[in-house]
Amino acid sequence: MIDAIIASALTLSVPLVLAALGGAIHRRAGVVNIGLEAHMLTGALFGAVVSGATGNWALGALAGLFAGAVTGGLMSLLITRLKGNEIIVGLGFNIVVFGVIGYVLRAGFGVSGTLQIEGLERLPRLDIPGVADVPVLGALISGKDPLFWLCIVLVPVLAWLLKNSRWGVRLRATGASETASSSLGLRTLDIRDGAGIIAGALAALGGVALSLGTVGLFNENMTAGRGYVALAAFYFGRSRPLPTALACVLFGFFDALQIRLQTVGGFSADIISTLPYIAVVVVLALTGIREYSRSARKLS
Amino acid sequence: MSSTSTASVPGSGPAAIRCRIGARGVSRSFGPVRANVDVTLSVRPGTVHAVVGENGAGKSTLMRILYGLDQPDSGHVVIDDEEIALTSPRAAIARRIGLVQQELAIIPELSLLENLVLGEEPVRFGRIDWATALRRAEELSASVGVDIDWKAGAALTSIAIQQQVEILRLVYRGADVLILDEPTAVLAPAQAEELLRLLSSLRDAGRTVIFISHKLDEVVGVADHITVLRSGRTITEIARGEIDREGLAALIVGDSEVAERSVSRGDPGETVLVVEGVSAKDDRAVLRLDDVSFEVRSGEILGVAAVAGNGQEELAEVLIGIRGAASGDIRLDGASIGRASIRKRRLAGLGYVSADRKHEGLALGLSLADNSIATPALHGLARGGWLGPRRVAERVKEVLDRAAVRYGSSSDPASSLSGGNQQRVVLGRETIGNPRVLVASQPTRGVDVRGIGYIHELLRRARDEGAAIVLFSEELDELRELSDRIVVLHRGQVAGMLPGEASRSEIGALMLGNHSPEDDNPDADVPDDPTPGHPRSPRGGETV
Ligand SMILES: Nc1ncnc2c1ncn2[C@@H]1O[C@H](COP(=O)(O)OP(=O)(O)OP(=O)(O)O)[C@@H](O)[C@H]1O
Ligand SMILES: [Mg+2]
Repeated sequence: MIDAIIASALTLSVPLVLAALGGAIHRRAGVVNIGLEAHMLTGALFGAVVSGATGNWALGALAGLFAGAVTGGLMSLLITRLKGNEIIVGLGFNIVVFGVIGYVLRAGFGVSGTLQIEGLERLPRLDIPGVADVPVLGALISGKDPLFWLCIVLVPVLAWLLKNSRWGVRLRATGASETASSSLGLRTLDIRDGAGIIAGALAALGGVALSLGTVGLFNENMTAGRGYVALAAFYFGRSRPLPTALACVLFGFFDALQIRLQTVGGFSADIISTLPYIAVVVVLALTGIREYSRSARKLS
Repeated sequence: MSSTSTASVPGSGPAAIRCRIGARGVSRSFGPVRANVDVTLSVRPGTVHAVVGENGAGKSTLMRILYGLDQPDSGHVVIDDEEIALTSPRAAIARRIGLVQQELAIIPELSLLENLVLGEEPVRFGRIDWATALRRAEELSASVGVDIDWKAGAALTSIAIQQQVEILRLVYRGADVLILDEPTAVLAPAQAEELLRLLSSLRDAGRTVIFISHKLDEVVGVADHITVLRSGRTITEIARGEIDREGLAALIVGDSEVAERSVSRGDPGETVLVVEGVSAKDDRAVLRLDDVSFEVRSGEILGVAAVAGNGQEELAEVLIGIRGAASGDIRLDGASIGRASIRKRRLAGLGYVSADRKHEGLALGLSLADNSIATPALHGLARGGWLGPRRVAERVKEVLDRAAVRYGSSSDPASSLSGGNQQRVVLGRETIGNPRVLVASQPTRGVDVRGIGYIHELLRRARDEGAAIVLFSEELDELRELSDRIVVLHRGQVAGMLPGEASRSEIGALMLGNHSPEDDNPDADVPDDPTPGHPRSPRGGETV
């Protein structure tokens, strides 16, 4: 029971972690990426279609990644070069991408909503011999897909890069003060575009984790607001990789719990399925209180 | 047009550069405002060159052009005797030119070391080589004789240190020409002296320095050459020793009169503001104000003198309510306001001129009109909840005229004003409508010679109309000219209350905590800053 919840919580966290890390990087560069939902959905579709066409999950994942990089880059250009408001542009992307994908599904594939693809290869699960049956530990690390392990690698690597690489220092400087950084000769717009591309690519990989991970199909509602949950996660984690990822795992846990409770019965399914979202609201409220008490310390 | 022509002299070799950096016939307009008109400037290599002029004379605009942040409508930037078009800061950096702007460009979220190397980080195997960075930083600060804790977060260090880091950053990046826009404006006298020593040592090491200042004493004392701008035009260039402070002031203002800086005292009436045993802590919970009590009467200016970091900032914040008092009370006309919100205090007749005009004094992105009426006194302009455009326009004009602000249109954003003019907007707004109490913190910071006279006049007028004024200033002479009484703070406590006529040495002794000045050196002048840091600096954080 515990093992099952742990395993499912971690699996459900993977799409969130990828999207939230992307959003966190973009945030560190000074842009709040509301469009994570759109990038995820794009990645999920391209991942599914290309995996189906080639029968190779890795090619599918790469295709998703590139598609997300393109939507992320486009969105960033609108913000940096055309001075679009990041909130409006992000929301616009979510709406437009959703609409375009719905149209493509109907016009291109002749389906509405759900796309089942013949020959689609799902993400492989890597069982670790000897560990798989150990309680808790097995659930923690065995039977995970490659994107899970990518998250495990990305969290420390990103934290290290932010601190110790040129890219990281310049990114943080740009996010903290765009005018000061550009007057020092940093190419702040390029830096922001780069961060936007990374955000799009990572969020799209999160989408791939959805379509090629658990289910092996594409549905136009499959992100179900996860882009916004990712937004809450990096807000809670103050855009630092580890706390951001941990916040995602917390939401993943409530998601797993919710699924579990559905099968137990006795509660209204509709109410139970709102559990993860209620968790988001609670966590955000707690974050708000924490920030408030931080600033209130000045007043007395 | 170019009287100080920079054309190369026949026969002089290529090595003998006459103009390291300068401008030839540079003009730049912003709409109707002609910020630079046919400006000529020529800075010899290896010299300290001051640029002076009134608020809005076009000094910052010219510096931005020299650094490639802005382009002239006509005319040219000259580098090494050559006319060139500087299209971006990157181009200027490539010609080894660096600028510290009027607004600090330190990034508070980064450490001082990160701020220093930003843009030119030493890397080894793809990783920033922090050890090398630190070594170079320490060499740099040692070579100019300043002491900096490079690992500290920038947000936690004093403005003086941040200013030094900004200058060293230019040196680190190989700048040979350092352009500094009002580097001493926000510094206390002792810190300013240290900075000027830093400039001289950079010059002695062969670098070229351009600096802007309204403090004419330091200009006359440090600069090898002085260029005077007036209304966007170059008036003249003067060499060191050719002019004194008064002569320079006259050149800056031209035909117009400089209001004679004079001493005048008020005619105090009834007690208005009572501060009773107030204590307060800073952001890091260090006690900064310790049981401070005093009274201010109507028609009186009470000066507050203290060495930087001895509680005067906290006192100003506690009076207006930005900072809560840990204990004690404040009464305005008998009613307790010690726990009241800022809004309640303002409605009770409290005005506030913040030392931090960019953040607390103005909303830089909003128009001058909005900034001019943005106080609770706004209610007086409304009829049934609606603001009448005509009444608003009248009030805006009244506020801006009152402080003689130089502006284009009242719908321009406050950020478009020159630094000194921004300060005037705040003064105009806060002194209009007979405030009961006015808390004025560093009101003449960054203001030109004539502007200082205006602002003093505004303060005196408010006083004569019955306001009780608490004046915080780092300029002892300003305090002595304006104050009826001077309260001296030392380590957060009241070290003494002196009459406005007190001598500099009397005040100075109390500021250093010597309660009987006669015992010590009676000639002690402006005291040096005994605390190496600042209240916000972790190292200056002794508990008082
Ligand atoms: N971006 C801008 N938009 C509109 N007006 C501007 C802009 N920048 C400068 N100005 C105007 O140009 C004039 C010169 O400004 P500048 O900042 O160069 O003055 P300054 O000599 O540096 O004054 P101060 O001593 O107060 O800093 C001012 O009247 C200012 O309002
Ligand atoms: Mg200026």
